[in-house]
Amino acid sequence: MTTTPLTMSTTTPHHALRYAVRDVLTLARRNLLALIRIPTALVFMIIQPVMFVLLFRYVFGGALGSSVPGGLYVNYLVPGILVQTTIFGAIGTAIGLAEDLQRGLIERFKALPMARMAVLGGRTLADTARNVIVLLIITGVGFLVGFRPHGGFFDYVAACLVMLLFAYCLSWGFAYIGLAAPNSETAQAMTFPLIFPLTFASTIFIPLYKLPHWLQGFANNQPVSQATDAVRSLMLGYPVGNHVWMALIWSAGIIAVLAPLAVNQFRKVA
Amino acid sequence: MSEFAVEATDIVRTFNDGNFRALDGVSLQVPTGQVFGLLGPNGSGKTTMVRILSTVLSPTSGRAIVAGYDVVKQPGQVRRVIGLAGQFAAVDENLTGFENLRMVGFLNHMEKPTAIARSRQLLADFGLAEFAHKLASTYSGGMRRRLDLAAALVAGPPILFLDEPTTGLDPQSRQDLWAIIEGLVEGGTTILLTTQYLEEADRLCKQLVVLDHGKIIAEGTSSQLKSSLGNTVLVLTFSTTSDAQRALDLIATISSKPANIDGTVIELTVDKGPAAAAEALRRLDTADIIVTGLQLREPSLDDVFLNLTGHKTDDEAAVVTEKISRRVRRRAQV
Repeated sequence: MTTTPLTMSTTTPHHALRYAVRDVLTLARRNLLALIRIPTALVFMIIQPVMFVLLFRYVFGGALGSSVPGGLYVNYLVPGILVQTTIFGAIGTAIGLAEDLQRGLIERFKALPMARMAVLGGRTLADTARNVIVLLIITGVGFLVGFRPHGGFFDYVAACLVMLLFAYCLSWGFAYIGLAAPNSETAQAMTFPLIFPLTFASTIFIPLYKLPHWLQGFANNQPVSQATDAVRSLMLGYPVGNHVWMALIWSAGIIAVLAPLAVNQFRKVA
Repeated sequence: MSEFAVEATDIVRTFNDGNFRALDGVSLQVPTGQVFGLLGPNGSGKTTMVRILSTVLSPTSGRAIVAGYDVVKQPGQVRRVIGLAGQFAAVDENLTGFENLRMVGFLNHMEKPTAIARSRQLLADFGLAEFAHKLASTYSGGMRRRLDLAAALVAGPPILFLDEPTTGLDPQSRQDLWAIIEGLVEGGTTILLTTQYLEEADRLCKQLVVLDHGKIIAEGTSSQLKSSLGNTVLVLTFSTTSDAQRALDLIATISSKPANIDGTVIELTVDKGPAAAAEALRRLDTADIIVTGLQLREPSLDDVFLNLTGHKTDDEAAVVTEKISRRVRRRAQV
């Protein structure tokens, strides 16, 4: 054999970890470059939550104003929209992976000597970075329409971290959907039956006691409400109670179940 | 390394809970330093075989050794010595040609300067230097294939898997790709390629196997396969189907191979084209059957299949349906 591979073999665990981190960053960068190259995708990702803010603030705000603590619906609404937006971002995780699969990129990646987790890790990391951008913009829009959070700056940052973590953990489930769907259109459609009940039968838009009685049990205890209550309490300076702990526990539980599912599906597909 | 770069023994791969056998006991040995062909129609199992040998899919049973490493037990080592260019030109359309190659370099764990230098060199070698910083979405089909092949070569792998590298390409792009493949083999690379084209296998492959429905139905060198097949196909056209039927009885005995009749057209695989044509015309003239068209052509994959299996390759519509249903099945297995 006259040719020799240009790459060196890596065997030590130290090297393995260093390369795994680099693989994840390489693929995250690739996914973020796509965001820059097709800016329309990002624009539409921002337009939707802005529409939600304006719609609920000005169309439903009057009707709902008196039902929220403090009487200012906009303060109740914006933290909820932020949570909803970061969760909706996970639809992009599903679509992106389904497209990579359709175009044969997953096949290529699987034949490379990279860390097995890197494709999913890079995708979810890039989607989190995108969520940060969207969070900043929606916060700005919120301020423009009268959002005035009374928690401190660091509470606001903590709230953002809680929701980014929660959305990150949930996005592994959407990664699974993206890899299990026959194409990207179906992947998108498959996310809806999951995402709509979780975000609308929750405390994102409406206080718990305003929901139908039969729905309150589910709405109060489901993870999205827990995360929303944690974020809202932190941002508005309310007592956080055990909401933050519950949000963190849910996040840990969700990723513990969904990540192995997604990784297993990654092993199977080509 | 042993004299074989790839050794597969009794590979079986089923899908859809065992209801569909994509590969049904395939064994092959690819000698180091040459092009080995996997010839077969759509749906014969070629892609599944390549995916197993490149560690993308695991076999249901059987054993495959690539460069001395077991694809199931040592997939990491296998991935360091192979390059894969899959059936779709798997390039990221949102990246430039250069960014695509550099990314693959990084994922092969090359250091940054090495990855960059190697990417530039490959782009130049493959006539893509001018388009290095253009998005891959703006590339033509031929350019995409070259970029895809370049991506498989970034780490300089001694073993290369190419799944239908020229399907869908125009004749010029196909010639370009063949020249690249020949250059790689001269440099010592072992290549396993799949193809639907007998012409391509004949041009590039020293040895080949023919796959049909997940089984090997023939193997040997290209010339062995061709001589078992006959060198030429004699195509005769008649004005009516009844003329064609009558003619079939008269001329079928010219060749030992089965004749194929389709409406007013008879195809006969023969060893010596001109002599067989003259003999056929003599017999038909004596019987007063008018021949409206006569042609001698190179045998196609369809002819190989007709001779080896007695059936033609599945028609295009059936193949497309099969591909789609397989894809749905593959994605649906949870």
